[in-house]
Amino acid sequence: MSMPFYVAPEQVMKDRADYARKGIARGRSLAAVVYDEGILICAENPSSTLRKISEIYDRIAFAGVGKYNEFDQLRIAGVRAADLKGYAYSREDVDARSLANQYASILGQVFTHEMKPMEVEILVAEVGRTKADDRLFHILYDGTVMDEDGSTVLGGESEAINARLTEAFNDQLDLAGALKAAVGALAGPDRTLTPGELEAAVLERTDARRAFRRLEEDERTELLA
Amino acid sequence: MFSPTDDPGPNFAELLRRVGLEPPTPRSSLEGTLTVTHGTTCVAVRFADGVIMAGDRRATSGNLISHRAIEKIFAADRHSGVAIAGAAGPAMDMVKLFQLQLEHYEKVEASALSLEGKANQLSAMVRNNLPAAMQGLAVVPLFAGFDLARGNGRLFQYDVTGGRYEESNFASTGSGSMHAGTVIKLGFREGMSREDTLDLAINALFTAADDDSATGGPDIVRGIYPTMATITANGFDRVPDAEVADRFNALIEVLAAREATNPQRLPETTSDHGGLQP
Repeated sequence: MSMPFYVAPEQVMKDRADYARKGIARGRSLAAVVYDEGILICAENPSSTLRKISEIYDRIAFAGVGKYNEFDQLRIAGVRAADLKGYAYSREDVDARSLANQYASILGQVFTHEMKPMEVEILVAEVGRTKADDRLFHILYDGTVMDEDGSTVLGGESEAINARLTEAFNDQLDLAGALKAAVGALAGPDRTLTPGELEAAVLERTDARRAFRRLEEDERTELLA
Repeated sequence: MFSPTDDPGPNFAELLRRVGLEPPTPRSSLEGTLTVTHGTTCVAVRFADGVIMAGDRRATSGNLISHRAIEKIFAADRHSGVAIAGAAGPAMDMVKLFQLQLEHYEKVEASALSLEGKANQLSAMVRNNLPAAMQGLAVVPLFAGFDLARGNGRLFQYDVTGGRYEESNFASTGSGSMHAGTVIKLGFREGMSREDTLDLAINALFTAADDDSATGGPDIVRGIYPTMATITANGFDRVPDAEVADRFNALIEVLAAREATNPQRLPETTSDHGGLQP
């Protein structure tokens, strides 16, 4: 009988983390910005049918970067968890924090117990009645949850993009300002992104039950003009 | 999360079964043992821009009125509505599940179901309720909506077995449906305006309430009027209560004026001999 080689747990975790990070870095990044009337989520995405940003519940949105099939599976799991909770209890009882915790435990479980970690980074955003109640939960491939304030960036070059976004961000932004800040940060100094290369959606702070709305290409063009 | 071969897909009812949240079916008949709250008359009428749905507000338990202001017309999603008649508890639950199912499908699949797909989905729900219907908990809904693909209003009637029947002009359900249906049948014209159709539906509900004790008429004392909604290309819109009240009052004025002022018209109450003329 052959004995498996001993590998230190630190090394195993490091290898898995490197693997996941490499996978995530292959895709394009995504940014979320809180503006006066809600939360904007904007991604670089040439496809108009394979979405990175979607609706989870009345006031909650989901966004993912990395491997499409993996974050799409997580998206559907989130819709199911939210709809089941709303059916069993009440619509008001569905919140982003509990959803983010569920995501974190799934990702943490997969990271430590499965053959390969999920090559994804996800965002769970919830728009509140006031700006102070807005929530942005940024969850990493290993289940680390970060509660972000005002803006966040997911994906490969998140540090550079985040630096640019933080510089452009202020808490007085309107929708057009937020979109310009996000697109400018995603593009960087050497590139320009056209409205056709983007995917954008907002969670609006309105009285309507469902706050999620996609910004179609004409509206993106108008806002970026 | 489910494995790809075992995935319930966008089906919310199936998901509920998997997690064990499905409502149980009673094992023996409830008739004679418990009184179940029932809701009654609802109508749906097609008009020039879409469909109008209307329903009275009364719920009864046997010969008692259990609720005076129950709602029987609900938005199923942006472009469709559902009206219920039958056992109120299971009916409300069916509507809640139906609304959730449509929204769940839309979110999971990233596109809304077709109107036909929604109608079939409701048919499956009514069919699933058949064992409960056999025990006295029947639910018979109406479904109506604006078909965005075809650009017109459509309406569907059901039976307790889940049979789905598309009607071209109007449909009615509940204990007063015969009276209401007849009024609409006589008054229906192709391409009616919103106002005329609302008045026709109001007339139908008034007539049903006049002849069916389980259907509630306008409650002028408490200001409770039937629920009405229009479904057009712009979506599901509740008709404001004030407008429904005005239209009802206009109808009541017309009807009151039509009653003959002949003092002999109610002989049993106007005679001195207790109704027995010598």
